[in-house]
Amino acid sequence: MGIKIEELSSRDDIILAGIGVKMYFSLARSISEILARKSRVVKAVDGVDILIEKGKVTCLVGESGCGKTTLGKLIVGLYRPTEGSIVYRPSDELSKVLLDAGVPYIESKGGLLFDMAKARGRALKMLRREIQIVFQDPYGSLNPRMTIKDILEEPLIIHGYKDEKERLEMVIKALEDVKLTPPEEFLYRYPFQLSGGQRQRVNIARAIILGPRLVVADEPVSMLDVSIRAEILKLMLDLKERRNLTYVFITHDLAVASIICDYINVMYLGRIVEYGPTDEILLKPKHPYTQALIAAVPSPDPKGRWRIKEVPIIGEIPSALSIPPGCRFHPRCPYAMEKCKINDPPYFEVGYKHLSACWLNEGEKVAKI
Amino acid sequence: MTALLEVRNLKTYFFTLRGSVRAVDGVSFTLEKGEALGIVGESGSGKSTLGFSLLRLVPPPGRIVEGSIILDGEDILKLPEERVRKEIRWKRISMIFQSALNALNPVKRIGDQIADAIMAHEDVDKKEALERAAELLKSVGIDPRRVNNYPHEFSGGMKQRAVIAMALALQPDVVIADEPTTALDVVVQAQILNLFKKLRKEKGLSIILITHDLSLVAEIADKVAIMYAGKIVELGPSEKIYTEPAHPYTKGLMASIPRIGGSKELAWIPGSPPDLRNPPPGCRFHPRCPFAMEICRREEPPYFDVGDGHISACWLHKEGISKS
Ligand SMILES: Nc1ncnc2c1ncn2[C@@H]1O[C@H](COP(=O)(O)OP(=O)(O)OP(=O)(O)O)[C@@H](O)[C@H]1O
Ligand SMILES: Nc1ncnc2c1ncn2[C@@H]1O[C@H](COP(=O)(O)OP(=O)(O)O)[C@@H](O)[C@H]1O
Ligand code: SF4
Ligand code: SF4
Ligand SMILES: [Mg+2]
Ligand SMILES: [Mg+2]
Repeated sequence: MGIKIEELSSRDDIILAGIGVKMYFSLARSISEILARKSRVVKAVDGVDILIEKGKVTCLVGESGCGKTTLGKLIVGLYRPTEGSIVYRPSDELSKVLLDAGVPYIESKGGLLFDMAKARGRALKMLRREIQIVFQDPYGSLNPRMTIKDILEEPLIIHGYKDEKERLEMVIKALEDVKLTPPEEFLYRYPFQLSGGQRQRVNIARAIILGPRLVVADEPVSMLDVSIRAEILKLMLDLKERRNLTYVFITHDLAVASIICDYINVMYLGRIVEYGPTDEILLKPKHPYTQALIAAVPSPDPKGRWRIKEVPIIGEIPSALSIPPGCRFHPRCPYAMEKCKINDPPYFEVGYKHLSACWLNEGEKVAKI
Repeated sequence: MTALLEVRNLKTYFFTLRGSVRAVDGVSFTLEKGEALGIVGESGSGKSTLGFSLLRLVPPPGRIVEGSIILDGEDILKLPEERVRKEIRWKRISMIFQSALNALNPVKRIGDQIADAIMAHEDVDKKEALERAAELLKSVGIDPRRVNNYPHEFSGGMKQRAVIAMALALQPDVVIADEPTTALDVVVQAQILNLFKKLRKEKGLSIILITHDLSLVAEIADKVAIMYAGKIVELGPSEKIYTEPAHPYTKGLMASIPRIGGSKELAWIPGSPPDLRNPPPGCRFHPRCPFAMEICRREEPPYFDVGDGHISACWLHKEGISKS
């Protein structure tokens, strides 16, 4: 968004912001590549500016491999960015600790935003507590040899809860919060004894048990059936209200995004290409990539079944190893112009809080935030 | 006129130590040449087992216990395995398996894998088989020059297309596609559906699309079967199923489809599907049904004809039944 520090400072509703965030991974090279001094770098996240408003649900959508999970892990501090920074507005308590520890910050109307990558020791531990993640796969993310009680107690033990009785109470409370009731019935079960939906509830319970303020949910429902899906989404929305949470919600399903998100960030090859309020993005998409994604969503109407569906983009997402120059979408874009091949488009403000990185929107004014 | 494929009262059970799982329990439907049938239901409703049954490939401890699968007038359940292997499986009925992305052999070139499948069934030499493999890749939208690639050199969408090419290698009349696009993005998903549409228009391919996604099915199916706990509870032309769903379960599924620009209210069917070792008596849906009546707990509903080849197994359709 070309976020400028001054503009960030004037906002009072930002809980987290990413500024020019990059996350590169180096891959192992073959002998010939080493001799040719060729590097193999995956640019999983490649210059992301993102704003997360407090108390809202902000979505990341995009095709597989575009960097959603990597950005999610950056937001919870599981990765340190290769470049750029992620700033977070903590609770008052943590704010004091971070100040005392000399962690750099930006002032904003809403409070101080601290550079997460600079936190260490106790401050880092507290930070981890305030920002939690629910992982993509309800099947793979729970240790099959641990009971539900052990799984939920683990973060409590890590965070120094020594009193066994207190831990059990917290575990029971968390199970009740995710509606795995009666909790006694679930405490000593193993993950394989639960359905997909119940496992995802355990995942959510684990994420909220320490009382976080910001939760990143990575495709929490994409492996679940439609009917269980709605139940889990409802649970997450209820928890958000009850516990004053902010969500970053990762999904590749635009129909799910349309129901639960306040804002949508459309990602393509490591970058956010369009950002805006959910209805603006879904009903008035400006970026050709967003338009194609929406056109491709199947609709529950059998009338078009003989028609070949026009999906106005060709081929598949290129590899994050070799990102095209200029606009990274140009090899697949039906509107690509000469300059798209050379110059990377900046963000243009195309509506209220609605930004699009496409030269077609050039007439509109260049975005500040 | 008889249908290309007719399935009658098919029952496939898994005989486990803890009892028999009635995964497919009395399923009947027909499929015409060039027709697309969608089979929709929640996870565990028996969709994949039904697919395996049509190929006579039910894994142990499963077994087809009853019914008939009539292809062109001949019951393939009565044929010796030898004939099914030589003449039916892959040649006339083929299947794209769920989790097809793992179905490719990682250490073998894509082209060789397809060529081997062809040579196993037809008397052709390697050269000709490879040419046909390249041709097939082209027909599913993959550059035929990539016939020598290994699976890891393909993206997810390309692998899925290669698996489809393999299922089409022997020019079957019917292809069963079990959740062929769940692991893929909407863009690739739309491309693959377009491919199916083209094949059925141009080659008269009949398609059975198995999925839990009602929106996806609407994109291609002429008729839709809704499965619940091993049984088809509603079956009819797509137009009818989507505009006038008759069975309470189908209505619940329809209401829980999220739609862009639609309602922002979340709806779902409370409860979960029954254990198929011990399904509830009467209507299997009754513990979750908002309309359940006394009779539903006792007696299994038969199919009621609700018009235009549209049937539904629910007591609510019986004339004069008290709906209180
Ligand atoms: N630890 C890592 N080492 C090397 N490459 C990685 C690593 N993690 C992710 N990548 C690569 O970074 C890119 C983005 O991956 P990421 O998992 O963030 O995608 P995603 O948008 O979450 O995709 P999906 O929808 O499939 O979950 C991909 O090309 C991926 O292969
Ligand atoms: N190999 C097997 N052994 C025992 N039970 C099985 C086996 N395969 C499937 N089942 C059971 O059969 C039922 C239907 O499964 P399946 O056909 O895979 O459903 P779907 O494809 O609709 O998800 C489920 O109860 C499942 O647990
Ligand atoms: S900048 Fe050019 S190539 Fe990129 S999306 Fe816009 S029109 Fe297409
Ligand atoms: S038969 Fe009864 S329980 Fe079954 S779907 Fe109909 S009304 Fe509901
Ligand atoms: Mg991911
Ligand atoms: Mg299945």
